[in-house]
Amino acid sequence: MKIDCKHVWQHISAYIDGDVDAALRAEIDRHLEHCEICSAVLDSTRNVVVLMADERVFEIPAGYSERLHRRLDAVLAGG
Amino acid sequence: MTSEISIQGREATAAAIARVVAGESQLFHELIRPVERAVFVLLYTLLRNETDAEDVAQETFIKIYRNLHSFRGEAKFSTWALSIARNEGLAWLRKRASRPEEPLEPVLEDSSGDFTPALLTDWREVPPEALERKELRECLCRAILHLPPIYREVVQLRDIDELDVQETANVLGITAGSVKVRLHRARAMLQKELVPLLKAFAPAAKRKWFGRRA
Repeated sequence: MKIDCKHVWQHISAYIDGDVDAALRAEIDRHLEHCEICSAVLDSTRNVVVLMADERVFEIPAGYSERLHRRLDAVLAGG
Repeated sequence: MTSEISIQGREATAAAIARVVAGESQLFHELIRPVERAVFVLLYTLLRNETDAEDVAQETFIKIYRNLHSFRGEAKFSTWALSIARNEGLAWLRKRASRPEEPLEPVLEDSSGDFTPALLTDWREVPPEALERKELRECLCRAILHLPPIYREVVQLRDIDELDVQETANVLGITAGSVKVRLHRARAMLQKELVPLLKAFAPAAKRKWFGRRA
């Protein structure tokens, strides 16, 4: 089985998550060795996934935790 | 932050929950610290407004406190908390439906749409340190917030909260297969939108005279 670029793109997300079987993984790896485009698509997608997971992306409003616990104090006191 | 007791791990969490339910209500403060941030971020990506997200986060934790006795431990506490946050957020959106900003229903059928990635021949990695730059953080936030809702929530749970496929499926009430399909499409959409923007944040190219890329 030889796979083309479109086929590789369909599996990019599963490939990143380690969710493709060994045979397909080997096929994709073989394709990536000689395909600059798919390699760059994979690298850029993985880069996006790594950056998104970083806690710095979403800032929490200053004082969020303090306000939350103050509110909870009132609720907890009420039983 | 450092002076507080840290409740981590499934057993410690279960023990803390039992104590809160038994009457040690003050321990609730410590119980929720590990999920405070994730609840806010989930609500922010759902409601796309900081003030609203904070209000609903407070309501979420009050609801969690009042319903703690019904937590059975089948799911992780964090997953359960995120489910409650999502339900509270959706209820809030329904209440505000008089000013609908976006449909809650799937915008695209699972079988339609073009999800081809942005094509390029070389990618210079943007390292995590680049997130010190506000413009980069804003680029990522904006791209996530612009995803259609059904894709945004899958990205939120899988890639931001790092739930596994099954946990994500349980929170959303969809199959594991749908989670994978939606996540794949969401990542393709993000890659397409972000690739042209992220290039500006990659370190300058260096000529490599020795060695090759691994």
